[in-house]
Amino acid sequence: MTADAPAMDPRDGTVRVARVWLRDRPLVPLLLLLVGLVGLLEIVQPGIVSANWVASTMRFAIPLAILAACQTMTMLTGGIDLSVAVVASMSAYVMATTNSEFGWLGASLLALVPAAVVGLINGIGVGLFRVHPLIMTISMSLVVSGAVNVYARSNITGGTRVPSEITDLGGQSLLGFLPNSLLLFIPLAAIILVALRRSGYGRLLYAVGDNEVASRLAGVRVGWVLVVLYLISGILAGVAGLIYAGVIGSATGRLVDPFLLPSVAATVIGGTSIFGGRGGYAGSIVGALILTVLVTFLNVMQAPEAVRQILFGAIILAVAAAYTRITEGN
Amino acid sequence: MTQLAAARAGLGRWARGDSWTVGLMVIFVALFALTKILRPTYGLDALAIASLPVAFAAAGQAIVVISGGIDLSIGSVMALTNVVAASLLLSYPELSVPIVLFVLLVGLLIGAVNGVLVVISRVPDIVVTLAMLFVWAGVALLVMGTPGGASTPWLREISSGTLGIELIPRALVVLLVIVGIVWIPLRRSRLGLSIYAIGSNRLAAFRSGVNVEGTKIAAYALTGFFASLGGLALTASTGIGTPIPGPYLLLSVAAIVLGGVSLAGGRGGLLGPIVGIYILGIIRADLTFIGMEPAFSTVIQGVIMVIVVMVGAYLTLRRRAA
Repeated sequence: MTADAPAMDPRDGTVRVARVWLRDRPLVPLLLLLVGLVGLLEIVQPGIVSANWVASTMRFAIPLAILAACQTMTMLTGGIDLSVAVVASMSAYVMATTNSEFGWLGASLLALVPAAVVGLINGIGVGLFRVHPLIMTISMSLVVSGAVNVYARSNITGGTRVPSEITDLGGQSLLGFLPNSLLLFIPLAAIILVALRRSGYGRLLYAVGDNEVASRLAGVRVGWVLVVLYLISGILAGVAGLIYAGVIGSATGRLVDPFLLPSVAATVIGGTSIFGGRGGYAGSIVGALILTVLVTFLNVMQAPEAVRQILFGAIILAVAAAYTRITEGN
Repeated sequence: MTQLAAARAGLGRWARGDSWTVGLMVIFVALFALTKILRPTYGLDALAIASLPVAFAAAGQAIVVISGGIDLSIGSVMALTNVVAASLLLSYPELSVPIVLFVLLVGLLIGAVNGVLVVISRVPDIVVTLAMLFVWAGVALLVMGTPGGASTPWLREISSGTLGIELIPRALVVLLVIVGIVWIPLRRSRLGLSIYAIGSNRLAAFRSGVNVEGTKIAAYALTGFFASLGGLALTASTGIGTPIPGPYLLLSVAAIVLGGVSLAGGRGGLLGPIVGIYILGIIRADLTFIGMEPAFSTVIQGVIMVIVVMVGAYLTLRRRAA
């Protein structure tokens, strides 16, 4: 923590104006970064950026963006949901093992039930018992991943199958460049964006994250706000798992697990403060796109896995640090 | 007589101050008795050996959490120090003592790098160490692409078997001696107090003249040091180096919470988390002994953790309300 320095700014006026302008429009530098990355990709491998490539990038980014929605909303209240990835894997696996019996729609709805239950338990722990969200959701992910394994053992003979409706949703595109999953994602994202900015509940999330005690004194039932929030987060994680099963075309009990840390990273580079009260979903969507393009870029460079991981980590840190400086202002 | 009374008063004060840790110890003893009934041949040494790497990780995590941070990269740092030790020991088996000291230094430096990045980037600890989780795991893969390397016999000898009577496993002695040597003097020192101070109230610590940034870096360096001890313990117990991080991050965070270290910083010690690790380990062993499938026992462990943290949080709420 730097001390409260006297408010003297020796820098020249235009720089300050530019900084303030950027600070009020935090999406601009993110979009510039995204465009820059895409441009760099085209330079490294001319011809790669095509309608098809755009569609495939969006297909992979959408499940990540939905998981980032869970992180964004929980982080706005100063929390975090580390159970989203295992919950998504669980939903994908439940859907893939039950659709022969219940049909694709029945199986998908059935798959969201345990996701909602896990979200509800997280919410009760965080909201009513006041367990630290990190701990609560880590513990629940232990329970969930164990439960998926138990379920998998009891289901050895059943086999998994991802129905064509789900693979169409996750893996196919309209007109060659609009992934079908956009049909689901655009309304979903619009609801989240509008709800966070305009609805009473959305504002409560910011209020709780900004000052929980003040919210409580103002009559907000903070506990119940959090119960509902983690319930929503669980359901959204389930939806992300179903879509990702469609993207990949198959499902295992650990399908979505590697998305946990990227979902946090997308939200953080998207400008949502992990301490709560500041940020929004638009940045997280751009963050998910940036991470997806970054992964493609590192693949195209044919860097070994080791170098890819190092660069991935270094870039997340660099973007987060740059972003902190831009949005903090002075 | 008065000495005895003073000792008793001191003991009482200690028990009250660390009531959570004492409670954990009672739970552990009860669980151990239960295990002895289930399987009379069960000795503490198996538990102590299996728990050694993650116990070091928990001790390291506890220090940084007390300082108000968190180190998500601890599993990667363990993997990295594990492979550095294993590959050097394979090439220069005769230099085992300098190599072990070098690996500890590497751990200290890695931790210091994490700390410096937290301080200069002004990004929240959790995000910085999340990014470094990828970086250190990548470096581990650079050092060693596939599991391999070697250990040295004395590493295994000092950490396996029992000392004197059957009840005292060497791995436990190693753990307590190392943690004791580092932590007991540190706790009373200026640095130790500063670590508690910045975790408890950063601004107040700053205004009281504590070097907040230096203390933070030191706390991360200590965490890296303990992570490298965990990495060495992995080398000792597996005999090789594995570049893929194990589940030590989750376990270390679980243990510090079980062990009564507040995630908000400034409270707790190192003994509680270590007892927490032993409890988690003995529960796993018990579930195996009663013939439960490993998958199902993960569920039970998770459920136990959920219940413990809920009860703990509930008690804290009640205490605060009262």
